[in-house]
Amino acid sequence: MISDMAATPQQRALTPLRELRRDPSNGMVAGVCAGLAKSLQIDPLLLRIAFGASTLASGVGFAVYGLAWILMPAEDEDVAPAVAAARTASQRRAAVEVGAGVGFLLVALLLAFRELGLPFSDVLTWPLVLVAAGGALIWRQSIDVPGRGARAVRGGAIAGSATATDLPDSESRPAVISRIGIGVTLVVAAALVFLQLTGALAAATDVALVAVVVAVALAVIFAPWFVRLLTSLSIERAQRIRSQERAEVAAHLHDSVLQTLALMQKRADDPRAVAALARRQERELRTWLSGAPARDEGEPRLAAALQAAAEEIEREHSVVVDVVAVGDAPLDRDGEALVAAAREAMLNAAKFAGDSAPVAVYAEANHERLHVFVRDRGPGFDPDAIPADRRGVRESIVGRMERHGGRAAIQASPGGGTEVELVLERDGGGDGA
Amino acid sequence: MSARVVLVDDHELFRAGVRAELDGLVDVVGDAATVDAAVALICVEQPDVVLLDVHMPDGGGLEVIRRIAGDAPAARFLALSVSDAAEDVIAVIRAGARGYVTKTISGADLADAVRRVHEGDAVFSPRLAGFVLDAFAGAPPAPPTAGDRDADLDQLTPREREVLQHIARGYSYMYKEIAQRLGISAKTVEAHVSAVLRKLQLSSRHELSRWAVERRMLG
Repeated sequence: MISDMAATPQQRALTPLRELRRDPSNGMVAGVCAGLAKSLQIDPLLLRIAFGASTLASGVGFAVYGLAWILMPAEDEDVAPAVAAARTASQRRAAVEVGAGVGFLLVALLLAFRELGLPFSDVLTWPLVLVAAGGALIWRQSIDVPGRGARAVRGGAIAGSATATDLPDSESRPAVISRIGIGVTLVVAAALVFLQLTGALAAATDVALVAVVVAVALAVIFAPWFVRLLTSLSIERAQRIRSQERAEVAAHLHDSVLQTLALMQKRADDPRAVAALARRQERELRTWLSGAPARDEGEPRLAAALQAAAEEIEREHSVVVDVVAVGDAPLDRDGEALVAAAREAMLNAAKFAGDSAPVAVYAEANHERLHVFVRDRGPGFDPDAIPADRRGVRESIVGRMERHGGRAAIQASPGGGTEVELVLERDGGGDGA
Repeated sequence: MSARVVLVDDHELFRAGVRAELDGLVDVVGDAATVDAAVALICVEQPDVVLLDVHMPDGGGLEVIRRIAGDAPAARFLALSVSDAAEDVIAVIRAGARGYVTKTISGADLADAVRRVHEGDAVFSPRLAGFVLDAFAGAPPAPPTAGDRDADLDQLTPREREVLQHIARGYSYMYKEIAQRLGISAKTVEAHVSAVLRKLQLSSRHELSRWAVERRMLG
């Protein structure tokens, strides 16, 4: 508990000689040993061994532990709780502990009676004690859960820190598990002890022994077969995977490369078509080899969208479009308009630049803007000479970019190729009217 | 005088094609299909430029550059590859190649690239320029504590960035046009490209180191 840690230095400052306090956050059961060890400044393990040994020897350790549990306040408990709201929680907790304490006192009484020679049968006494202790532990754990928030509040009040109330988990998980584990063990042990003492276990032991011996014998006999079976299974699986992979590669090559090669032989008289077919096949094979999915299923991004547009233009117009992207960005509506304008520019380049050289597409995305250049090395044209009724460039590139808060510039010079520049400012660069 | 060129590629068809394309433009003095043959040939011929396939059995172009080391001091390497993978490109550049072009380059552009490498300049394909812009994007890494390494190696100047952007936009083999657009001389453009090449070879930016390590360049 963090609230404990917050409270501890304060308490240490107030009381020079440390009081005996349980330390549930470090304890195995209730923190008695941990608390004792802390104030004695020795290893809690020593105390645990002492308690365990004395419990086994005569049961005294058990009773002493129970008493200590009741008498020692936990570290996070104020000895005199001042906060009224916290009182109900501490009362609930106290009720549980008093219950446990009464139980332990009963145990102590039983032990005392036994020492005095009063007739209590061991057959009943010890199992009952064990069941009571284990049951109490398990119950305590399940009762504790709703009380947690309140205890955290109380801890926070002591520590004078509001942050302690935010603690979602006031006890460490291992402590909880060990507490439940010990409880379950105690109950099971009680059942076994009862069976043992009543003699019912002897018969059961015989049966169990036979079963164990037979199981061991069978294991010895069948272990080699089993191991061999496992290895042969894994070998078979590896072989199956390998042959599946080979079949997959063969199928892919058949569907793609061989088909394309056949197509190329048919179109041997058209170099542009052959080049485009080869290009498309190359791109597809590359994608496949790199293991990337052919189509990105996620949200649209600039580089992928431009690449897709370029592939489409390549397919339809038998040209080569090279896309180089620096940085990437998700596409909003304006970004999609940018890609559409870039596609239009590629289309123009493909139509008018012919097959002189690849169309170069360069995209750069950074925090300030998206920047796309589409360049061809065709004969070039004079942008001012475009007739107004040719919607291609004016409407679908320049107009589209302006409507979406960007701009487009076309630089063309006869003999030097044409370059379309598209710019879209990000963050407040228009809302796509 | 045209450059004396050795062509190293394990695909015979490709070697024949390149020889035919370069015929009359540069002087191809020999070709080799394996790393061993290439090393022997280059040591004998002492060519000006080696056209080097990145992907070959037995280590590829990287291994050739490493084994030649000082045996052909005048030879400059121009890497050729079908691969666009950044790690391949960066690895051969860092090993000492003066440039990188893809195998789809036209014969005239290839001859031009050979001439430029012969003259001591660097040649970047548009895609390589894009890689470099990507790799040098963002803040430079913190300088290493030991040594007085040149911190400028880890970032590009605005001018170098502009030149690379033009190369990426498709002006890769047209320094004159880049120079015109930027209002500087073609020589200055070449100087910027060479400076970028040097940074690419010497920078310790972790993207570059990572790509190099992936090709097991750094032991």
